Amino acid sequence: MSNKNRVCPIVTPVRPTLAVYKFASCDGCQLSILNLEDDLLALGETLDIAYFPEASSEMRDGPYDIVLVEGSITTPDDAHRILAVRQQAKTLITIGACATAGGIQALRNWSDVETFKQVVYPSPQYIHSLSTSTPISDHVRVDFELWGCPIDKGQLLRVLTDLLAGVQPRLPADSVCLECKRRGHVCVVVAKSLPCLGPVTRTGCGAICPGMGRDCYGCFGPTEGGHEGPGVPPNTGSLARQFNEELNLIPVEVVRRFRGINGSVGSFERESDVWDKKT
Amino acid sequence: MAEHTSHLLSKPSFQQLIDVLRSSGYRVVGPIVRDGAVVWDTVQQTGDLPIGWRDIQEPGRYRLEQTGDDRIFGVVHGPQSLKPFSFAPRESLLTIERTQNGFATTPTIPQSEKVAVLGARPCDVAGLAIQDRVFLRDAYADPYYQARREGLFLVTVHCTRALSTCFCASMGTGPRATSGFDLALTELPEGFVVEAGSSAGEDILAKLERRPATKEAINAANSRIASCAKSQMRALDTSHLPQALYDAHEHQRWDDVAARCLACGNCTMVCPTCFCHAVEETPDLDRQRSEHTRLWDSCFTQEHGYIHGKNVRPTIKDRYRMWLSHKLASWIDQFGSSGCVGCGRCITWCPVGIDLTEELPALLKPDARNTNRQT
Amino acid sequence: MESHAQPASSASGSAFHTQAPINPYDIHMATIVEKRRETEGIETYRLKLVDEKVRHAYRFSAGQFNMVYAFGVGEVAISIVSDPDEPEFLDHTIRAVGRVTNAIARLQLGDALGIRGPFGKGWPLEEAQGKNIVIVTGGLGCAPVVGAIEYIFRRRSQYGAVKILHGVKTPHDLLYRERFDAWRQHPNTEVLLTSNQPDKTWHYHIGVVTELFEQVAVDPARTVVLMCGPEIMMRLGVPILMQRGIPASAISVSLERHMECGIGLCGHCQLGPYFLCKDGPVMSYDRVAFWLSRTGV
Repeated sequence: MSNKNRVCPIVTPVRPTLAVYKFASCDGCQLSILNLEDDLLALGETLDIAYFPEASSEMRDGPYDIVLVEGSITTPDDAHRILAVRQQAKTLITIGACATAGGIQALRNWSDVETFKQVVYPSPQYIHSLSTSTPISDHVRVDFELWGCPIDKGQLLRVLTDLLAGVQPRLPADSVCLECKRRGHVCVVVAKSLPCLGPVTRTGCGAICPGMGRDCYGCFGPTEGGHEGPGVPPNTGSLARQFNEELNLIPVEVVRRFRGINGSVGSFERESDVWDKKT
Repeated sequence: MAEHTSHLLSKPSFQQLIDVLRSSGYRVVGPIVRDGAVVWDTVQQTGDLPIGWRDIQEPGRYRLEQTGDDRIFGVVHGPQSLKPFSFAPRESLLTIERTQNGFATTPTIPQSEKVAVLGARPCDVAGLAIQDRVFLRDAYADPYYQARREGLFLVTVHCTRALSTCFCASMGTGPRATSGFDLALTELPEGFVVEAGSSAGEDILAKLERRPATKEAINAANSRIASCAKSQMRALDTSHLPQALYDAHEHQRWDDVAARCLACGNCTMVCPTCFCHAVEETPDLDRQRSEHTRLWDSCFTQEHGYIHGKNVRPTIKDRYRMWLSHKLASWIDQFGSSGCVGCGRCITWCPVGIDLTEELPALLKPDARNTNRQT
Repeated sequence: MESHAQPASSASGSAFHTQAPINPYDIHMATIVEKRRETEGIETYRLKLVDEKVRHAYRFSAGQFNMVYAFGVGEVAISIVSDPDEPEFLDHTIRAVGRVTNAIARLQLGDALGIRGPFGKGWPLEEAQGKNIVIVTGGLGCAPVVGAIEYIFRRRSQYGAVKILHGVKTPHDLLYRERFDAWRQHPNTEVLLTSNQPDKTWHYHIGVVTELFEQVAVDPARTVVLMCGPEIMMRLGVPILMQRGIPASAISVSLERHMECGIGLCGHCQLGPYFLCKDGPVMSYDRVAFWLSRTGV
């Protein structure tokens, strides 16, 4: 063991504990963990999986070394619960678009939740929802964010591998296009005039949709997410103009492109609002 | 060219070229139709090639259409040049394993594979020569590139049709390839005029059923290539480069193009000469083994200009200026030639159709905002 | 072997088979034989290449750098700060600021690091023989020039007056304190230190390094300047030196950019027409002045 740790010592305890918590979400990101297959076994050996209700009925109390959080905050209860989860977590990582950006359910942020309640539920008085869906980082400090709907299991593994070695994880924030071209896919904007969000969307998915001839719908969020400023990528304005002027999307269609899974994230939100005014 | 003896290969004999290459140990690769474009893939027979198709290319737009004719190489080109054959989009450089005392490395230089590429265009061949200069003729030769490059046998097809995006004539790289190929073909209705450009090419040619090309056939080939050059609608005047572009560093046009540029990096990914790459380290979960992988990178990424917590090229304007200034200007200082071969791919495959043949002249015009500015 | 189509620029017929089988990407293991704390977050690591053949063949010149590798994390470009006349041991002063350097900071004596190198062009010390030397550095920027100073003092008689001007933000940022004290002892040598955020312990100059220029006499025709530190220091400092008659061609600067390959192929370290990893990191100021004056390059 001493030799193993010589080159780059693991600073976390011998077998760090892992917990997985769920908030408003579809469980798809948790399924990505279960889909790790062989790597899941390795993960189980390296980490002590202490709390993961989706996978095991054994649930031990915290604190935990690493907590993965799936889902967004949509109820007053959850807004309290996330504070307790943060207290139990040495390192808190959000997994997926819901936890990182509010998710598809953040579409409610542009609507009247009270009206939805009245229409959907026979006894709406029992429904205690917030009027917004917000990312975890709006409520507590987040140590690392994984994008995607669902997350990429390879990215999750890379981040955990780095954390276990005490190394600051880092994931690329470039456009989907780079990976699309590396994989030899034909551009669906240029060859098919599809309104692909790849040029302004963060890489990480492996360019799955363009690889199947489909247009990217931005599930990994904007490129260079946290570094917004004038003249800095993503240039959503130029892509939106191209959708409208060359690919013949009417303004409401442009709004729908940007107001999707990551619709409430900075640049995507602003772009959808710009085109909302033109509808 | 005068020194090449020309032969005529009939259309039905084209299959024989594929067969001879295959029996000589080559995997034969050519353009095939896929997902609305042509891409490189392994071919077994002439029928795998895009016979009777042609491509229409415009800024930000690519379409294939059927012509009904029997041209084998009616499509000029697809999104990728020859670059991926020698400079792999993603490849392992080393695997590194823990040992008792530290670690041990194992270089993962690929086996050289014999690959014959059918239908490489003169601009592609010129692009490969530029990449050879970058990867092989400096203080260190890149052994990974070298292993892939060694196995390539290039069958170029001189161009007899120009796309609206082509400007090789102004860059001196086409529409006729003058060197760098093993065999060169010119497609005519009655067959192909063939020349060998290397002894390996001559060896293959010797095994083909062929007859000497008639004067008429050679003239027909020459005139088709010449009219292809004349028909090019775009051109790049590079006579004042590199200095004129260096002097345009503060030009207003950079702001204008930055408002359109997505910084998505597509232009760099399809460029036959762009060589930037990043190295990625991927350790196994138990950290007993790690892999050192390089992958195509782009000067449009955030990481490219990153140093000590700051980015020397934070804005899209900085990055587009870096790309264009490198491609058309500083490349000349670095490698003795332009980094542009005039293939036009960066124009077609830009999702918003930015056209460097429009940008360069605009950048070299006096700046409307501040004509007195002098650097 | 078959003769293949050759690139247009190639004159010979077999360019693909004549290269020596050197793999510039291969990493050589080295052991940490000494780890010395310089100041908060900055350590100097003395490395010894493990493979004896590699170690004996290894030569470097002052101002060159190595790509230093931490297992499973990656590589980072670090200048070699030791004496080029003792290439058996390679000193690297590393500040823990990024992923790789933080990982290195956790390593102890006897642990393994990887080395590729040496890369780049160093200081023009042979051309500077017989001249007076002025060395201007700021902060951790003094590291790349330390090897040059050792080189010069080993051949003290071959150089004229040596003036070392070094600026730090706070006294805690002063690295190599003993070395500065030792250099001071050499004949015909001045060492001037300054801090712009001093405390009570500081008994040298107070202010920025360019203010020290006024305290030294220079013979512009016989002076060579070696400079490294923040680019802003160079931008402000060089014009003052030039006003005193020192030509830009006599001023060498060591520059920094993102480096990944070290051999001019990955494209990241470009500054205008230069690849700083192979054309630099030490550059004559007259070659780079045009580029350093611009933003976004």
